Amino acid sequence: MSEKKYFDPEDLKKFGDITEFQEKMGQKFFTWYNEVFKEGALTVREKNLIALAVAHVVQCPYCIDAYTTASMQSGCDEEQMMEAVHVGAAIKGGATLAFSVQMMNHVKKMNS
Amino acid sequence: MGIKQRSKSLLSKSSELVDTTFQLEVINGRNAKKTFMPFGENIAKAGYKTLKVNKLEIFQINLGKMCNQSCAHCHVDAGPDRKEIMTKESLTICLDILRKHPDIHTVDLTGGAPEMNPHFQWFVESCSELGKKIMVRSNLTIILANPKYHYLPAFFAKHRIEVISSLPFYSAKRTDKQRGEGVFEDSIKAIELLNQQGYGKENSGLILNLVYNPVGAFLPGNQQSLEAEFKRQLARRHDIVFNSLFAITNLPINRFLDYLIENDNYEFYMEQLLDAYNPSTIEGLMCRNTISVSWDGYLYDCDFNQMLDLKAACAAQHIRNFDVNTLENRAVVLGQHCYGCTAGAGSSCGGTIA
Repeated sequence: MSEKKYFDPEDLKKFGDITEFQEKMGQKFFTWYNEVFKEGALTVREKNLIALAVAHVVQCPYCIDAYTTASMQSGCDEEQMMEAVHVGAAIKGGATLAFSVQMMNHVKKMNS
Repeated sequence: MGIKQRSKSLLSKSSELVDTTFQLEVINGRNAKKTFMPFGENIAKAGYKTLKVNKLEIFQINLGKMCNQSCAHCHVDAGPDRKEIMTKESLTICLDILRKHPDIHTVDLTGGAPEMNPHFQWFVESCSELGKKIMVRSNLTIILANPKYHYLPAFFAKHRIEVISSLPFYSAKRTDKQRGEGVFEDSIKAIELLNQQGYGKENSGLILNLVYNPVGAFLPGNQQSLEAEFKRQLARRHDIVFNSLFAITNLPINRFLDYLIENDNYEFYMEQLLDAYNPSTIEGLMCRNTISVSWDGYLYDCDFNQMLDLKAACAAQHIRNFDVNTLENRAVVLGQHCYGCTAGAGSSCGGTIA
């Protein structure tokens, strides 16, 4: 019996098929997406590291697989990739902690 | 510091892959769950019923399988335990061929560690006298492996040899994972010695090219971007320079094939090669202007066919009966490993093609 999964790595290959249900928007998305990842003011390598960090923050398993491969191919090593993930995690953690200012404000208002 | 080997040769492990007939069956999908379109069929779709060769320009000689390193990915299955070495008699025949064929302008020396052949110095000097362009595929660490090799940087410079050296990454961790502990440190020292001779420096005319090949089951990225990153990191961390970086794809042969099978990555890797298949690389494939000579004098379309014992498909299969006309009328012997040279921007001993 085949095991059914919510996230199947094989599904990543079907990403291009999203145009099947909405061709015009899908095509526009892929044109834009391909433009974003071209060498520009940032190198492809730098963009891959940013994408890898964001992939972890948005917790997309497909994106993590894709941008781990892309980062390796574009010459990043394990330390650089893990540092990029830490940057993403630090911003996510920091963003949570930054909200504590609101909690503190509220506490101080109630206690004043 | 010396090198601590991380891998053993397939021969010393008595691996089944040592039998090239068996290895070819594996490469052609013997145990694979997925089937991959035969390479010959795929290039036929691009208009190549057979892959005819062009004018012969590069004479690549494998001086022997002996090497001071035993790298995890080695398609030659070279190592300290390999004793196969080209004899002076065979080298003399090679020199005679080179003398008689001025159109063969380049001699590309490889191994193993070609410098470990006891006739290396004499052979290079003789090729230099013939006015040929000489390329040596040096693993760098041989320069420091033994005092008897310390002459190499000055010798390379004297004969204006183009040095081509593997350095799979700009950090020790990944380089040593593939090539053995201590290889990165010795490679950096060797590049420093070559730099002192003028190698890699602007206007010196002394060329040092590095070879990048991925440390794992993935394909190389953009060669130009990788070169820029290697230059930046090596200059920043070690104050060393080089000319160009050749991004080379690992072909599923010998120890790299063994690694793919051991890690259950063979099909995953073949899928990547086929997904990246690019017919525009076919015109520039190195097999079309190169002949590869094995340590025992046989002729092959390329170094990879040599390792699979797929001899050149013509009557002249040995240096003893070398015939350039026959060779220039042959078609290349193809196999599934050829997808390694046609993936992405392509791959050759000189880096990307397309």
